[in-house]
Formats: sequence, C-alpha cells, structure tokens
Amino acid sequence: MFTTTTTTTRRRTLVTTGALGMTLALVLAGCGARAGDDPAAAGSSPAASCVDTSGGTVKLGFLNSLTGGMAISEKTVSNVLHMAADEINNGGGILGKKIQYVQEDGATDWPTFAEKTEKLLTQDCVAAIFGGWTSSSRKAVKPVVEKLNGLFFYPVQYEGLESSPNIYYTGATTNQQIIPAMDFLAAKGVKTLFLAGSDYVFPRTANAIIKLYAAKLGIKIVGEEYVPLDKDDWTSQVAKIVAAKPDFIFNTINGSSNVGFVKAYYDAGLTPAKTPIISVSIAEEEAPAMGHEVTGNYASWNYFQSLKTPTNPKFIQSWKAYPNSSGVTSDPMEAAYISLYLYKSLVEAAGSFDVDAVNAAAKSHTITFDAPEGKVTLNGKNHHISKPGHIGQINASNQFDIVWASGKFIEPDPYLEGYGWFPADIRKQLVDAAG
Amino acid sequence: MDALIPQLLNGSAQGALLLLAALGLSLTFGQMGVINMAHGEFLMLGAFTAYLVQQVIAAGDLSIPVALPVAFAGAGLFGLLLEVTIIRWMYRRPLDTLLVTVGVSLILQQAALQIFPSQGVPVEKPGWLDGQLNVLGYGWPLRQVFTIALAAVCVTALSAWLKYTSFGRRIRATVHNRDLAETTGISTRSIDRLTFFVGSGLAGIAGVAASLIGGTNSQMGAQYIIPAFLVVAAGGIGQLKGTIIAAWAVGVALSCFAYWTTGSLAQVLAFILVIVFLQVRPQGLFTVRTRSLA
Repeated sequence: MFTTTTTTTRRRTLVTTGALGMTLALVLAGCGARAGDDPAAAGSSPAASCVDTSGGTVKLGFLNSLTGGMAISEKTVSNVLHMAADEINNGGGILGKKIQYVQEDGATDWPTFAEKTEKLLTQDCVAAIFGGWTSSSRKAVKPVVEKLNGLFFYPVQYEGLESSPNIYYTGATTNQQIIPAMDFLAAKGVKTLFLAGSDYVFPRTANAIIKLYAAKLGIKIVGEEYVPLDKDDWTSQVAKIVAAKPDFIFNTINGSSNVGFVKAYYDAGLTPAKTPIISVSIAEEEAPAMGHEVTGNYASWNYFQSLKTPTNPKFIQSWKAYPNSSGVTSDPMEAAYISLYLYKSLVEAAGSFDVDAVNAAAKSHTITFDAPEGKVTLNGKNHHISKPGHIGQINASNQFDIVWASGKFIEPDPYLEGYGWFPADIRKQLVDAAG
Repeated sequence: MDALIPQLLNGSAQGALLLLAALGLSLTFGQMGVINMAHGEFLMLGAFTAYLVQQVIAAGDLSIPVALPVAFAGAGLFGLLLEVTIIRWMYRRPLDTLLVTVGVSLILQQAALQIFPSQGVPVEKPGWLDGQLNVLGYGWPLRQVFTIALAAVCVTALSAWLKYTSFGRRIRATVHNRDLAETTGISTRSIDRLTFFVGSGLAGIAGVAASLIGGTNSQMGAQYIIPAFLVVAAGGIGQLKGTIIAAWAVGVALSCFAYWTTGSLAQVLAFILVIVFLQVRPQGLFTVRTRSLA
C-alpha cells in the first residue's frame, strides 16, 4: 500500500511540476510577445484601444468581489453601480450612448482583480472600470490600468498617499475623513485617545497620521492596538482600553471584526457616555448588524443618509425602490454612485470616451456633480474630489444625527502637502511602505 | 500579577470557544479520520440558527437556551447529509475528503451570502449575560463565564456519552479496530453516521457561542477552522482530554501574548508555539494505542 501511495504522490508531483513549467513558459512567452508589441503600441498610443462606441452603446466594466470575504461589502457597491447605470440609461445615456455593463467578480482575490481588469480592457474593450474596495484590490488594478492606459474609478475612503493618472478616487482621502474626525475631537475637548484598528495598511497609515496630528492638537495617545482583519475576538485588547481609561476611542477596525469589538466593548462595561467610539468604517448598513445597541457612538463620513441636501431624497428613494436593496444608504454606496456620474460628466466635457481626452478634460474643465453629499468638484491634478466632512452620532434607529460639519467642502490632499505638521520624511516613508 | 488574572480568565474563555469548535472535530477527525474543512461552516450554521431563533421568539432571555439544541440538531443534520451523500464514499481517502469538504465549505459560504444580508446579521446577547463577575478586582464579562460553562457541559456530556452508553462503546470499538468491531456485529456504517451527526452538531453549539462574541456572517467559519484543527492535532488524535488541555493552553497563550504584544503578533506567537510543540511531540499530548493496522 505504502509504496503505491508514494509512487502516486511522486508521479503527481512530477505532473504538477511539469504543468507549472508549461504554464511558466506560456506566461513568459506571453510577456515576451507583449513586450515586443509595446513599442509599436506606444507609437500609435491610445489608438491601440479596442473600445468601440460606433453603435448606440458604450461598454463599462464593474469589478466587485461578489464571492469571498469582501462580498460582505462589495455586493452593495455593485448593486448601486447597476442602479446608477439604469438611471443614466433612462436619462439618455452618456453622449447619447446607453451604458452596457460587464459585471466581473473580483472574488476577494487580488491577482483576480488584476486579471479581470486586463480582461475587461483587452477582451471586453470597456471604456472604463468601476469598483474595488480594499486598498489591496486597488493596488492590484493600478499597474494594469496604467500599463494598458485604462480608467479605474475607486469608490471607497482610503489611506491616501496615492494618485494615478488612470485612477479616479471618489471616496475620502485622509484629510477628508481622519483629519475632520480629529478636529471634532479637539473641539470636544478630548484629552486622551485610544487607537484600535485592524492590522492592514489603512488603519496603520491612518493611525500614523492621527498620532502626528494629535501631538499638534495636544491630544495624548494612551494606547494603540491592532487585531488581524479575520479575527473577531477583541476581549484582550478591550481590557487594555479599560485600563487606559481614554476619553475617546478612535476605531479604524474594518469588517466583521467591528462586531467583535463592539461586543467586547459593552461586555467590559464601557459605555458611549463615558468612553465613546468614533469610527471610520461603521455606517448605516453596519450599525444594525452589531448585535448590540451602538446608540451614542460616533462616525466620521462625508455622506450620511440623514444629510439634508437637494439630491439626497431622490438617491435614498431610488435605492429603497431598487431590487435587493438593503433599504439604507451609506457613504461607500454614495461614492460609488458619484463615480459613474462623475465619469458621465467627464466624458461629456471631453466629448469623447477616449482615455487621454477624458484626462485632459479633467484638467481643463471644472467637473462637478450635484451628489447626495452636496456639490462635489473634481480636482484635475490628483483625481480626487472635494468633500464635506461630517460627524454623525448614532441614534436609536441606527441612523446618524449630524453633530459636526466642516462647513466648507474640503479640497482633496492625498499627500497631506498642505499640512505643516506632516513631515516630508514620514510622507516618503509611508508612501514607500504602501508600495 | 493583577495583569495576569484577567489574561488567565480571558484566555480560559477563548480556550473554551476553541474547545467547542474543536470538540466536534476531535470526533470526526480524531475518531474517524475525516478531514472536514466544512466544520467551520457548520459552526456558521449554528450562529445563523441563533439569529433565526431570535427572529421567531424575539431576542429575549430564552432565545439562546432555545437556540442551542436547535443549532445542534440543525448542524448535525447537515453533517449527516454530508456524510451520507459524500463522505461515506471516501473513508479510505483522507486527502480527497479534504478537497471535497473545502468545496462544500465554499458552497455553504456562498449560500449564506445569498440568503442572508451580506453585511451579516445581528445576534443579541440575552439580558442575563449583561454585566461582569468581579474576580479579585477584575470585571470578568459574564458572556465569557457562559462560554466556559457551555464548554464544560458539552465536554461532560460528550465524555459521559462515549464512556457509559452503548453507542459510545461502539464508537470507541470502531475507532480502535474497525474490522474487529464489524465482526462482533457492530454496524460501523451507522456508527459513522451517528459520530458525524454528533460532531457536526457540536459545531452548531460552538456557532451559537461564537455568535455572542463576534460577527455572524458568511465568512465567520474560516477564523475557527485552522485553530480548531491545530488544537485537535496538538491534543493528540482521538483524545478528548488532550483536546481540552490544548484548547485551554492555546487560549491562554493567545490572551497573554495579546496582552504583552499585539493582537496580530499573538496569533503568530501562539501558532509558532503549537508548531514547535508538534515538532517535538508529533503525536500530540496524548495518544491512543490502537490495534488497527492503519
């Protein structure tokens, strides 16, 4: 028995190695061919794009994780994109052309995001791609859209320190979410702060920025804790919070780990009255899924369902009427909604779907959109948009009462160049670390 | 010293949850040699059962006590279904069961994602679990005390069942020597089915406990499956007392490391410890001497 098994295993190993070798050879051959093509492609540049808008439609790609761990968040974004596409089509489309979308599944796997981006651009010949959630997915898509000169619209708040000619960012960068949250804490007279985050690039970068700004504001950081994204039990770390007795907890935890954090927080006897939490990833959709009342805690976002703007009621109504709707609207959903309309405005300003023409229009025109969060303006240089900062306090119906607003719209500053307390060497260090 | 007590208590509770997740595995993996990667999803089924029960009888004080037996039966039946339809065909091929059950776990995850809201569902803690127990000045969350009590009840019931009932004796006979057990008239087929039912059912109970600690969503099973396998392996295959000690040790190690270092490093350190231990003692804490040839 044993001998047979060993032989089979060995044979299998051989077959596997062989297959691997073949694949490698194929990939290398593919790379070689592509590398050979490149100079020619560079010569004729954007004309090499296979986007066909000669008919009555324009093809767009939606790239969201519909399976795997991130489907928890990205399914909603995908649904909102479909809704926005339907809306635009009912209104006559973009430059008179109806949107025909190709939905792809990123499957919570970053190499898949890169492969699907390439597929959407080279096989489906889409004019632009919308989606992504995690920074890892964006960083997987970035080199591909840059190499193939495609367009990618990214709808989620993130850690900043990035700007690509081929990416448009419609979520907040740090100076539109983290810094307003700190301004709010300073205005409240907070003296001590505890940082709790998931262990990945966004919380680590956000906390590096928070610590620098806190030093300037005179807020003392009394603790900093990280737990892996896929781990829910926060009891040990919450015990440290209890011991540190901070005035406030700054929460950069993401996903289901938030549920564990909130449960451990209440289990340990902490309350929003004494030790409130300010979060940057708990929104209208997450608040009711905590399994515990979270009333009284805070969140920093640009958009809240409770915002009173001219276009918000229509957005909420369309979403509530949409099939498979969760019934509530939230910041990332709104940013996804913005992304498609922003693209429409860009194309209309450019008068063309061509990537270079769109990018030129971003620089030469003032592109605005009357978003549910207010009238946002595209910054043609860094491809981010201006946003209002808002702090909401969770009420008994899991909606947010706006308790603080930045007033004017905050210009996007992904590299925090307008903030004197942010030293250049740390900027370089963080940019290098983020890859 | 006063830092040690909270970590010991907290670690014991973490260990208790690990134990609940590992108990079922110690039956299906330990006793039957089936590598069931869908065990984490049976745990998820238990957590969703807690949610569904709370929808029916409101999130009152009774919901969790009612959810426990329902989750046991529900997850157990799913396990039985898996055994009857798939696992029974591959008892002599452990690596194939691993691949097949990974597939089953993906199917169950996606099914949960389709059926329930993608953000996950809330499971509320009953009122009698609010508050803390004062242990030498440390407010020990009652929810943790409950996890430990639940684990203790499950372990006692399981070991009594294995030791004193005729079913238990037949299971042990089958584990020791399947062929000889068959010649004495034991239907090893029905014993296999029963073991799988109980093992999966225990995952359901673990799921109810997990739903009180973290999120209830399609991905929750993934965070328990690997630690649970490690605990079973470190405890010694087929040995309940080994599983108990290993779960407790891993729980306390996780908690202490999390206190001394960070939450992320604690995971790494605790698992390095288990791996080093398995290098030194590959058979685990305790071993069963069997007369079978496999």
